[in-house]
Order: sequence, then structure tokens, then C-alpha cells
Amino acid sequence: MQRIGVFVCWCGSNIAGTVDVQAVAEALKTEPGVVFSTNYQYMCSQAGQDIMKQAIKEHNLTGVVVCSCSPRMHETTFRKTAAAAGLNPYMVEIANIREQCSWVHKDMPTGTEKAIILGKAAIAKVNLNTPLTPGESPVTKRALVIGGGIAGIQTALDIADAGFEVDIVEKKPTIGGKMAQIDKTFPTLDCAACILTPKMVDVAQNEKIRIFSYAEVTDVKGFVGNFTATIKKKARYVKEDVCTGCGICTEKCPQKKVPNEFNLGMDNRRAVYIPFAQAVPKVATIDPDHCTMLKTGKCGVCAKVCTAGAIDYTQKDEFIEENYGAIVVATGYNPISMDKFDEFAYNQSKDVITSLEYERLMNAAGPTAGKLLRPSDGKHPHTIVFVQCVGSRCSACDEKGKEYCSKICCMYTAKHAMLTRDKYPDTDVYVFYIDVRTPGKSFDEFYRRAVEDYGVHYIKGMVGKVMPEGDQLKVRASDLLANKQINIDADLVVLAAAIEPDKSARPLATMLTASMDTNDFFTEAHPKLRPVESPTAGVFLSGACQGPRDIPETVAQAGAAASKVIGLLAKDKLTCNPCVASSNEIMCNGCSSCANVCPYGAITYVEKEFRQPDRTTLVRRVASVNEAVCQGCGCCTVVCPSGAMDLKGFANNQIMSEVDAICK
Amino acid sequence: MENKNLREEIIRRSGVNPLKCMRCGKCSGTCPAYDEMEYHPHQFVYMVETGDIEPLMNSKSLYKCLTCFACVDRCPRGVEPAKLIESVRLSVIRQQGNNHLNTDTIPDIIDEEMPQQAIVTALRKYNK
Amino acid sequence: MQIENKKPLIVAFCCNWCSYAGADLAGNNRLNYPAEVKIIRVPCSCRVNPMFILRAFQRGADGVILCGCHPGDCHYTSGNYYTRRRMALLFSMLDYLGIERDRTRVEWVSAAEGAKFAATMNDFVEKVTALGENKRLEDLRCKK
Repeated sequence: MQRIGVFVCWCGSNIAGTVDVQAVAEALKTEPGVVFSTNYQYMCSQAGQDIMKQAIKEHNLTGVVVCSCSPRMHETTFRKTAAAAGLNPYMVEIANIREQCSWVHKDMPTGTEKAIILGKAAIAKVNLNTPLTPGESPVTKRALVIGGGIAGIQTALDIADAGFEVDIVEKKPTIGGKMAQIDKTFPTLDCAACILTPKMVDVAQNEKIRIFSYAEVTDVKGFVGNFTATIKKKARYVKEDVCTGCGICTEKCPQKKVPNEFNLGMDNRRAVYIPFAQAVPKVATIDPDHCTMLKTGKCGVCAKVCTAGAIDYTQKDEFIEENYGAIVVATGYNPISMDKFDEFAYNQSKDVITSLEYERLMNAAGPTAGKLLRPSDGKHPHTIVFVQCVGSRCSACDEKGKEYCSKICCMYTAKHAMLTRDKYPDTDVYVFYIDVRTPGKSFDEFYRRAVEDYGVHYIKGMVGKVMPEGDQLKVRASDLLANKQINIDADLVVLAAAIEPDKSARPLATMLTASMDTNDFFTEAHPKLRPVESPTAGVFLSGACQGPRDIPETVAQAGAAASKVIGLLAKDKLTCNPCVASSNEIMCNGCSSCANVCPYGAITYVEKEFRQPDRTTLVRRVASVNEAVCQGCGCCTVVCPSGAMDLKGFANNQIMSEVDAICK
Repeated sequence: MENKNLREEIIRRSGVNPLKCMRCGKCSGTCPAYDEMEYHPHQFVYMVETGDIEPLMNSKSLYKCLTCFACVDRCPRGVEPAKLIESVRLSVIRQQGNNHLNTDTIPDIIDEEMPQQAIVTALRKYNK
Repeated sequence: MQIENKKPLIVAFCCNWCSYAGADLAGNNRLNYPAEVKIIRVPCSCRVNPMFILRAFQRGADGVILCGCHPGDCHYTSGNYYTRRRMALLFSMLDYLGIERDRTRVEWVSAAEGAKFAATMNDFVEKVTALGENKRLEDLRCKK
């Protein structure tokens, strides 16, 4: 039998105004298990807490019921008080007689009656409480960053700065991501490569950071502090540690007609290639789909010209298993496919391009060496039409596009238009917009400069159709402000394609049991207060995998994610919530019902030996809950057909006794 | 009040929700009959939304719409302006005393000047 | 037959993260609802075993309401989806047993919806009061 102390709080007049606290304390005195009952003006004050501590010691209390405000308010306070008096903190229960009684009921008798019932329910529960001890789990002091774009790079650098080891897994042969493809960055117009490549070099030279390029995460197991990831290093047929990056193989390879994905297929590369001059790691990669040697066994030119002897045609995919304490997702974005937008003739004309392709056309390291030339005939375009919101802000039922605003398009289109007019004053630049959205530091000023100083024609309206005719593109659009339909003969049409999360994000989310929204963006634990943490403990979000964002925001979020990771890795042990599920092995029949509903994958099955009454042993499969992973929702307790699964702190018999106490 | 009823009626009959419109003007940008019209497709949607329907009903624009459905196909918000225009057209017809055309009489009264759309609409409506 | 003027007894299960906080908010805003409603805190609406509800009816409760986070907002990602399915089944069984549908309810109340919590409770209590005492499932052996 428990020895329970009841403490009724007045909360000044907040409770005492509508509840006769004296009567409540009196009434609860006779409840089973109660050995002490009192009331006090402010239980949460130092004096109130002292009363509680003293009573616990004097009366040898094993349980405490506080009739006061919401447990969301002061449960922790009273648990600490109990712990200070030597009582297990989980032997404290709160009866909420303020928010859910005195504040919502007006007259004294009703309030008092309800307060007594709520008190009785809490006493009934404490009678069945058991002392709980939070478990501890160790922390592996290494972080995994998935994705090597600017988000991943910044997160890795920040974590490494704090002295922890970081591994970056990047699926492409080089880190750098989308930012490496970009020419200039808004609104300052500094060159993307100039600010990104030093960071890439920092990553390469940092002793704490390992780069797994041309690699993918294929499996993740474990839980916060103790993840185990399997990383598949795809065979690049070049020994990474031997290759010097001299690039001679990429010049001699006879297979010249491979579309260069770094330039979005606007020029060709060889079958053995280094994506771009500043690639990190600067190591050649052989593309197995196009290499004649790998396909037919007849060639081997690269192996002959390689003075370092780095080429190895026999290389196989390699699987590495590594332990991590925290995982950061930085998988980034891609522009959506323009295939379904027939009206813009993207597939009919080479001169209709996406903004990212335009970015490459403007880039000094791009397919045209920075000269603005039309992809079709290499001529200089004079009339350029930019179309905004292509595939963004579509209705939910539209299967071509996305429902959200892609956020970055307004600004990069203003940038493109401005740079074009700056470099080539002989061009006419039209931007068709629905709304120009420029909320950001110096963003609107930037857009206004494009209009006022650079003479970019901004037209409110949407392009309805693009028709290739001869070597021109007939653009038909509406000008809503002039209430006119206009036709423009353009030389080049640039589509601001919506952005979507990378395709690798969905399977990764499944592996990590991290949740996603309907657009496949990762969901944050709380949209306001925990924006860089995923709801799954130990998994953090960085960059555009969480939603469209520009570079400054991405870098800020990357830093925030890093600081959360550092906070986690700095701990030696993690304290777990003790209110977790536990399975009674004697009753468990190993049916897997609980494991199927567990949102965290916290339940596994173990083979255990049981002694039978006849002294033989029987090996049975029983559920085992990983207390570090279980978050204590209790879903498994309901599905368990044998009633073996129960939740500590909210046990079946505890809730049942509360029901009984209320229904008496 | 009557106007409000008319608006509700048009919206109900067409199954179009004009509030979905984000005023991008792609419908007008794509309309092949744009220059013939006094009120353009995007204005149509806006005028129905605000209940300013009489000018539409009195406008020749109604019969300039070819019902080619280019606007329906391209609208990013799925607003379907052509259906709305058709619905306003029906309001005009019904206002004139319901079904006063006989299917058999249609061939006789067809004349060269009559917009194609009017014939198609009439057939769709009375050929049952 | 004598008309009983007894006040109904309502048991409300509220999930810790949304609805319990919503109930607290109703209190903070001093939004009145009948004292017949007694709230039991559970970590998640999916913690509520159908047995608890049956037990409440057996012990003489006149109505049971279950509140959780809005679908998609569950603190535990998917708990309330299980609740929704389980309760659909349980309620149709109770319906079969002759327990009026208005005696049971699942409602989604977020932590910001104090007003909704109070309005829901007012409405629910009104409906249950109209139905009168629950005699069908009440176990007389449990009466003292």
C-alpha cells in the first residue's frame, strides 16, 4: 500500500475562489492510501515546496498528489521537489483543478465537487504508480551529413569546427551541389564559385571531415546517439587515393559524346570525367554507361595515359558501415521537369530553356564560356522572355506543377534579367510575372534596380503559349494592366521552373523514419520553435530538403542544424523519457502487432529461453522495446492482443483506475 | 440580392470556383479569340467573382468564346474559365424564356453570320 | 416512470500534446463548459484502449469523448490515424449494442483551440443530457 500525501493549492484566489480547498483536502484525506492531506496558498512557492518536502520526510510518503494548476505548468517543478526530498519523481501526480476546474466553472459547490473527483482520480493513479528511472544511452560522437551542397558543406564545417568528426555522403562525384552550377548570387551579385569553392577546399582539408563522394546511404538503423548507417560507395573505376586529378584521361578518352550533366546536357563530356575544374575531391570518374572498355572490354586508353596508374576497371561497389550520433539531411532540390508543359514548347525548341540552364549559359565555365549564345544556332539573342511561376503555385489537382511558391524564382529572374541587360545592352528583356515576391534583405531594392536602372520590362501577366516559328519563338501573353494580349517574337525563352525535393529524399525519409509533407519536403519538429529538427530524435534538417530557400537562408539553417548536432554530440549520455512501453515477456506471444504500428521502429523481437513448469526450456520470440527510441505514445499497448504491452507512467490499470474513480 | 443569386447560380451550374483564381492571366495570354472580346477570360472570372454579371450578359464577348478550352487546359489553378463563360451564356438563354428553340427548327434559322459557338451551344442544349 | 434529473457523467480522454493543452487554454481564457466533463490525460489519443471506454460505460458514464491532435499533426506522427480507425470500429459496435451514437465522439482539438474545446464540450454535454442516463451498458453490480 502506498503512503500518499495530498497537497491542495489555492493558487491565491485562482483556485480558492471557486473551489473550497479546505473541503477538498478534507474529503481526500479518507481516500485509500492517503496518510496526509493539507492545503496551502501557493504550493509552487518555495514555502509550499518546503511543506511538501517536510511532509514527505515526516510521513514517509511514497506518493504525492498535488491538486493545482495544469501538469503542463508545474509537473516538473513538483517532480524536482519530490526528488529533492528523496522520493522518485515519477511518484508525483497532478490533479488539474485550475485550468480544468476553477477557471471554467463558476459556482463553489460544483467546482468543489469536481475538484474532489479529479483528486480522487489522481490518488487512484498514484496508488498504482511505480518508481521509474530514466534510462541512459551513450552518444557516438560523430555526425553524418547526407548531401554535399552548400547546406551539407556549411553544416559539416560548423560541426567539425566544434571538434566533432563529420562524414559527408554525396551522390555525385563532387561536392558543391547546385550552388556550384550557379553563376552569380543575388542580391549582391558576387560570384557563386568565388564564395563556394574556398568552402569546398576547407572541407577537403579539414581533418575532422571525411567526404564519401559518388556514394549513397543505403540503410540506417538505430536511434538518437546510436545510428548505424550503411554507405554504398559506387565504383568510380578510379582509385581515389591514387588519382592526382591531372585530367589527362578526360582529354584522351575517345568517347566524346556523353551529355554533360553539370551543364545540364548543353554540351558533352568524355566517358571519364571530372565534373568541373574546382571539383572536390578532384578525382576522375568513369561513367560505366558510356565507357567502351567497361561495356565491350576494348579500349583502355585512360589506363594507358594515366601516369599515376589510378584507373582500375575491376573496381566494385563498396559498402561501408559506420556509427553516428546524429544525422543531418541536406538532400536539396531539383528543378521540376518541363516535359508536361507543352504550351512553353520546351521539348520542341532548344531555345526554350530553364533558369538553371540559363545560369550555365551565363557562367564563364559553362558551355559557351560565358557568352550568351542561343543553344540552337549559337547566335546572340536580342529578345529574351522570362516566364515566372512555371509549375509553381498550381492548384492541388494540377498534376503538372506544385502547389507551393518556389520562393527563389522572383529573385534569380531579376538577377538574370539585370545581368543580361548589363552585359548586353542591345537586348530587350521581358519578364512576365504574376506577383513579384521579394521579402528579404535588399531584395526589393534589387528588383527595383532591375526595372529602374537596367530597363527590364516587367509585365504583369502570364505567357499563354510559345510557338517556335522559323528561328524565332512567337510568345503570346497577356498584359493584365494594359488589358491587352501581346505577341513577342523572342530569340530565347527562359522558364523559371518550380523546384522540388530531390528524388532520393523519399526513400531516405523511410530509412530514417523522418516524416515528410505531401510535397516530399521533410517536416520539422515544430514549424516555429524547432525548425531544424525532424520529429525523429537525432535527425536534423538543413537546406532546401525542408522547403524552398535561398543561399543565405540555407547557410543560416545549416548553422542552426550544426549547433543542434553539436549540442547533442557534446553530451556523453542521453537521458531517455522513462514513460515508455514495456512488454511482459511471459504474456507476449511474438505476434508483431505492436512492431507494425510503432511509428519509431522501437520494437524488435528477440528469441528468449523460458523455463517451463516441467523444468524444460522453451525458446520463444518476444517483443523487446528499445527505451531510447520509444517516445511513449502507447499505440502498441492497444493493439497487443494478449495485453502484454503496457506503457510505464500511463499503464492500463492506472488509466482504468482513473476511469473508475471518476465514474464512482 | 438578385445579383447574388445569379452569381451563385452561375457558379453552381458551371462547377467553377472563381475564388481559386490567382489572377495570373494565363487564360487571357492563351486565348485565340482575345482580340474579338470586350471582356477577356481573366476579367470574366473576376467579374463573376465580384458579382458584376449584367455587363457580361449584355456583352457580345460571350459569343466570341470558341470553347476551345485552351484556358481550361493551361490554367495553373484549375479555374476553368470556359465553363464559366458557358454558364453565363446559359443564364442569358434561360432568361429569354427557357427552351424556346425546337431542334427541328435549328437548321432553318442558321445563318451565315451566326457565331459557330451559338450553334454548338444550342445543339448541346436542345438536342436531347 | 419517474423522470430523473440526474446530471450526466462525461469522461473525456485528451492527448497530452494538443487537446489537453487546448483544454488548458479554454481554462486560461475562462471559457465555461459543464463540470460534468472530467478529463483524463493520456500521452496520445492512440493510447486509449477501447476497453477504457467500455469500462467507463460499464461504470456508469453517460458519454465518452476522445480528443486528439488534428490528423497530420500528431506529436507521434501517426497515432491519431490509429485512433480514428479504432474508434470508427468501436463506435459502430456500440451502435450495434444500442448505445446511441451521440454518447461517443472523437474530436480533433489543437493546443490553440481552447474555444473549440469549450464549444465541443458544451455541445457534447447537451447531446448526452438530451439522451438521458446510460442504462444499457451500466453494470449494476458496480453500483454501490
